[in-house]
Amino acid sequence: MSPTETPRKAVLHASASSSAGDGNGPDTKPIARGSLLADRETPFVSTESGQGSVIDSIAEHRRFQAVVHPELAHDLPHVLRVEDFSLYYGAAQALHGVTMAVPQHKVVALIGPSGCGKSTLLRSVNRLNDLIDSVRTTGNMLLNDRPIFDTKTDVISLRKRIGMVFQKSNPFPKSIFENVVYGLRLMGEKRRGVLQEVCERSLRDAALWGEVKDRLHDSALALSGGQQQRLCIARAVATRPEILLMDEPCSALDPIATAKVEELIHSLRGSYTVLIVTHNMQQAARVSDHTAFMYLGRLVEYGPTEAIFRNPRCRDTQDYVTGRFG
Amino acid sequence: MPSPPPSPQNRTPLLASGEPFVWLTGMGLVVGLAMVVVLLGLIVYKGLEAFWPHRVARIELTTSAQEREGAPFLVAMVIESRHKKAPGEGDREELYLQTGNKDFFGSGFRYLDADEVASISYPPDEVVIEQIEYLTIGTLVSLQRPGAAPIEAEAPGFLPALKETLAAARARSAEIEHLEKVRIGDNAARIQALRIERKRLERVAGDAPPDPAAIASIDEQTAELQSAFEGMAAEARALRAEQDASTLTYRIADGREKSIVAGQVVHVTWPNQMGFAGRLGQFFKNMWAFVSENPREANTAGGIFPALFGTFVMTVILSIAVTPFGVIAAIYLREYAKEGLVVRTVRIAINNLAGVPSIVFGVFGLGFFVYGLGGSIDRLFYPDSEGPVFGTGGILWASLTLALMTVPVVIVATEESLAAVSRGVREGSLACGASKWQTIQRVVLPAAGPGIITGMILAMARGAGEVAPLMIVGVVKWAETLPVDTTAPFLHLDRKFMHLGFHIFDLAFQSPDSEAARPMVFASTLLLITLVVTMNLGAIFIRERLRRKYATGAF
Repeated sequence: MSPTETPRKAVLHASASSSAGDGNGPDTKPIARGSLLADRETPFVSTESGQGSVIDSIAEHRRFQAVVHPELAHDLPHVLRVEDFSLYYGAAQALHGVTMAVPQHKVVALIGPSGCGKSTLLRSVNRLNDLIDSVRTTGNMLLNDRPIFDTKTDVISLRKRIGMVFQKSNPFPKSIFENVVYGLRLMGEKRRGVLQEVCERSLRDAALWGEVKDRLHDSALALSGGQQQRLCIARAVATRPEILLMDEPCSALDPIATAKVEELIHSLRGSYTVLIVTHNMQQAARVSDHTAFMYLGRLVEYGPTEAIFRNPRCRDTQDYVTGRFG
Repeated sequence: MPSPPPSPQNRTPLLASGEPFVWLTGMGLVVGLAMVVVLLGLIVYKGLEAFWPHRVARIELTTSAQEREGAPFLVAMVIESRHKKAPGEGDREELYLQTGNKDFFGSGFRYLDADEVASISYPPDEVVIEQIEYLTIGTLVSLQRPGAAPIEAEAPGFLPALKETLAAARARSAEIEHLEKVRIGDNAARIQALRIERKRLERVAGDAPPDPAAIASIDEQTAELQSAFEGMAAEARALRAEQDASTLTYRIADGREKSIVAGQVVHVTWPNQMGFAGRLGQFFKNMWAFVSENPREANTAGGIFPALFGTFVMTVILSIAVTPFGVIAAIYLREYAKEGLVVRTVRIAINNLAGVPSIVFGVFGLGFFVYGLGGSIDRLFYPDSEGPVFGTGGILWASLTLALMTVPVVIVATEESLAAVSRGVREGSLACGASKWQTIQRVVLPAAGPGIITGMILAMARGAGEVAPLMIVGVVKWAETLPVDTTAPFLHLDRKFMHLGFHIFDLAFQSPDSEAARPMVFASTLLLITLVVTMNLGAIFIRERLRRKYATGAF
């Protein structure tokens, strides 16, 4: 961590401690924008527990406290913990003290309007944001209790423990086989048998084996868009990563390819931990176990997908999932 | 009152529609294409015409011309007819004739006014004899073979005997060439090596006398090689004497006769007896002779094989030298160097390097490579050599000089193709846990491969056609040996070589017989262009295969 970050972190902590008092202050307009659903089972989180809307809290210079459902409480055992993580592009702050945890072998969806920081958060997990010179961070993340943002962390070996699938499929200019075993080769695996076994297993995991098993040594770039994206998933799971990051993996695909990839993501639950960014709420509802709603660089609400979509505890979440903004 | 809306009949103004500019751009393209087509067309036409066998015309002269010429007719090949503008005489047509027989007339070409021609016929028994030194047009008289009576041209056994004699002479001259170039050449190289070894021993010993046993052994080996050389020299002399044993007698148009030895004859043709197929066959034979044979007569006749081969070898060495160098520099500039004033300055400097006159590179090559590097190599590794080895112009220094000249092309092309590799692919590789170098090596370079090869093609095309810098770093008018041959170590990087571009310059401006050289200039130019195009096609073929393998659509 560079010395310039130290004062910023101090400032952040100062504001965090001061916000605690403000947060408990009375919210003057809890349901100013009208009631939402008539059949709500529980009321919105009240002002007394520290919540209004994000915009209100920004206007009032309060630190926003995310609503985390008890199933996802931070002190349970989790694969990935994000701890008070903030990120700045130069002077502009993109993430504001995000704290959340991703449980093992679950699919967690990050939703929110464009520019809310969900991709930034995702790309921070494997530190791809390091490629941008102006990025500074405070707070930390822990992958299986090992710190991600630490001067002692070797970024290259960290990334070997994390798989990533991008918005636009990005197969390498190599054969299908070489694409899948790319990560393994980087780890120094040379045994042909192992590579072949992993290639088959990963392609089966990615539901692509049947379509490509006869042309493993053809160029990966000859595949269709949907196949390329599944190939990228196969490549990401080949090294059995501790967590799989997906950055809007279906946004460049047609509906049929999207359905296949969604089905695949759904089938990955139980064996892989997946953190997926999407701005398609139906998709989040279909594929994920848990959903986190982000807005303006802040985590707003994080809970089981069912609860987030049916019975959110935060008004912003309710407005977003019902399509009132974003 | 509101103004009426513009009626639909109002056309868009001409300048706004851009129509004139479309025409202007079209015109620019047409002018450019026309210049290229005309230049290439001229080179192709004139270059191919040089191989087409002309018929031998017997030109009967008008009375007035007969008096001036002192002969009733001329025998010559009509190369072309053209208009000449003489002051006060108006437009007149004249014929450009190749009369051959320079040994009789002092010149092989002449002009004749078209209105001095009474009639033209093509007598079938006129022959064209290509000799090592001259081109003869005339009729055959007789063949004299050793230990046999002369055979008259009309005799029935004449043709088979002539063919047999010439075939034997050709076989013998190939044998002599092999003997002199390969065997005697090898022998001389070994004697030279022994002499250098002896000098080395003397130098190492310093003031003390060198090891007498070693010296004696060297002397003995030298004597052996020397006697072997004398044997081979005697062999060559015997073969040469045999070459001179048979003589062929011919008669030229004015009745003068001359006898030449069979070894002088390259080939004899009867152009007036050839049909179209025969002439076409001769055309391809001439073409093959041109690309496969050594030059004769101060490069104005014969083939240009050494120049073709030298150009090819130089271009290959140039590509091998320039590509890795340029690619490595481009990788650093694009991938590692931090964008800023320094990188921008370097990039501008590289681009400007492409604008430095090529002769400047030649001078630099002479100073840096030849005298600097070559001189040091000679001092370190060849201290006993009698002449400079690498300390003089040679194919290695010529290639490196051109590599230096063309490296900006490769750097610019590689940088562009690296920049075209998508961010997504790079991030994908990094996300898999690849280091930056692994990403470049395994993903970025394969994807940029086709673009890099494009840069190599441009460098090759520029380097192969360059002449000026080569003249001072190793190209010669006539090289006895090729840069690659069967003598160990097979690739002789220190040798001087011939180059097509310089060959063209030499033929066009430094030839003793510019008229004889003229068709050679066009033919050589055609060949140089063909060579460059062929090498480029080869590179394009490789690039397309790469592209199919890694089809990315980025290019």
